[in-house]
Amino acid sequence: MEDHFSSTRFLLMSALIVMVGVITASMVGMSIQEELRGMTKPTLIFLLLFTSTGKLFSFVQFIGFFGPLMGIILGFDSINRERMQRTLSKLVSQPIYRDSIINGKFLAGVATIAIVLVAIVLIISGLGIRLIGVVPGQEEVLRLVVYVIASILYIAFWLGISILFSVLFRSTATSALASLALWIFFSFFVSLGAGILADAVAPVNQSGGVDPAMIEKHEMVQRISSYFSPMSLYGDATSTILDPMRKTTKSVMLMGPMERLSLTRFQSPLPFLQSLFIVIWPMITMVAITFLCFGICYYAFMRQEIRTV
Amino acid sequence: MRCSSGWGEDKVDRQTIIETEELTKNYGSQVAVNHLNLQICEGEIFGFMGPNGAGKTTTLLMFLGMTEPTSGKVRVCGFDPRRDPLRIKEKVGYLPENVGFYDDMDARENLRFVARLNRISDEVSHKRIDELLGKVGLLDEARKKVGTYSKGMRQRLGIAEVLIKEPRLIFLDEPTIGLDPDGTNRMLELVRSLSREENITIFFSSHLSAQVESIIDRVGIMVKGNLVAVGSVEELAKRLGIETEHYTLEDIYMKIFKEA
Repeated sequence: MEDHFSSTRFLLMSALIVMVGVITASMVGMSIQEELRGMTKPTLIFLLLFTSTGKLFSFVQFIGFFGPLMGIILGFDSINRERMQRTLSKLVSQPIYRDSIINGKFLAGVATIAIVLVAIVLIISGLGIRLIGVVPGQEEVLRLVVYVIASILYIAFWLGISILFSVLFRSTATSALASLALWIFFSFFVSLGAGILADAVAPVNQSGGVDPAMIEKHEMVQRISSYFSPMSLYGDATSTILDPMRKTTKSVMLMGPMERLSLTRFQSPLPFLQSLFIVIWPMITMVAITFLCFGICYYAFMRQEIRTV
Repeated sequence: MRCSSGWGEDKVDRQTIIETEELTKNYGSQVAVNHLNLQICEGEIFGFMGPNGAGKTTTLLMFLGMTEPTSGKVRVCGFDPRRDPLRIKEKVGYLPENVGFYDDMDARENLRFVARLNRISDEVSHKRIDELLGKVGLLDEARKKVGTYSKGMRQRLGIAEVLIKEPRLIFLDEPTIGLDPDGTNRMLELVRSLSREENITIFFSSHLSAQVESIIDRVGIMVKGNLVAVGSVEELAKRLGIETEHYTLEDIYMKIFKEA
């Protein structure tokens, strides 16, 4: 919807993203020489533009952090603002299905997100090509496409959450706060809680004899419980697809001979298709939870009575 | 289906456009509308009166399929609002109390948006929008953002918006509330001309007002969810035995209200 593009907050938000994107990309461009030193045969340099942390943080980290906010900003007042300015009762008295109101809100948000993300990735790529003079190969382009899709899905999930809250709460401030609270919960507390849960279920004793089975179990519990957070799903998906040197989604610290072994194994990048196989599951999960929360939202909205007073 | 009530010199049988049978709506244990039986004929201006909380808006919402009746039957324009709300919304305009607009758009943009929701193409709506703005007297202010409009202008824009789909029937929920006497008169004049010139049925929910009395053909009085009286002002006066020459709707209303 044209609404999004003309609003002030959208302009502010995209300006921020473009700015951060350009800054990180140029920082990486300048420091990439250092990064590559020591690598015998650098591969997939182009992706470093997005993943390298440079001096502050990488673009991918920034989107991972800021993306949910973007979804929330686009969605938190979508339904209750219509209710407040009393246009909702007008909308539902027109010959349109009630679900098309909410579908329109959601799709417009997703389209906006998609346009912004694609634009910024293209800007950074263009900048990267000029700065470091490396042209992306086919595989890099494919990986970037998957990354963009995963990011859109992830932000769409947050958009769905914030639309849900905007249906449930009458006041825009309440729905904004509720979305933010959920975001903070998922980003900080779930990973913390996952650690605690894992310790409780399968305690790993630092001093005593290390039981490999126990470590494995500990890791598994931690990973599974952190999958309840869309944030870690997204983090795993994007880091696997953009950083092919990583093979496991969570690294187990191995000591001694095992460490050397694992390091040598990590020397060669994972082929694209293999990365995709790893990534496809978190992505499907993200689609599923997005639909789940959109479904709840849909149900709540259809059942609500819309009165003017 | 015949519409039995005759009023004035106009005694031709007309089609019933709204018909309810024992229509009831409960909110929990509270009865909002209690066994409502009502027939509205095509082309009339029907005033639906009653104090706040009498169930007027709830009744309107049930007519539009925007709220589910607890029991009873309704037919609006021959359709059941529970099963074909869209067919009704195509033919029926609804102006809610305190209508809202997108304040950062001007009058034309607001109307065009509603026209699109009614699947009217931009070429068709373009001409129609100017026509309607002229009719409601907003053509000079059409370029201003709706956020800057006065209450009366907003209500008139609301009428234009309702008319854009060329309705057969219009529901007006308290259209004159909060308007100054001049605004009220303009509003009522507009309503009267719609009824006369375009033969649109008008279902008018309102508090009591002497000005409203001047335009309505029939009145229904609702008290605490019950429809206590229906008929033309003369009929009601006769029935209640008000013999004085200068009775007003207010007299009738007060009398009914005391009896109820």
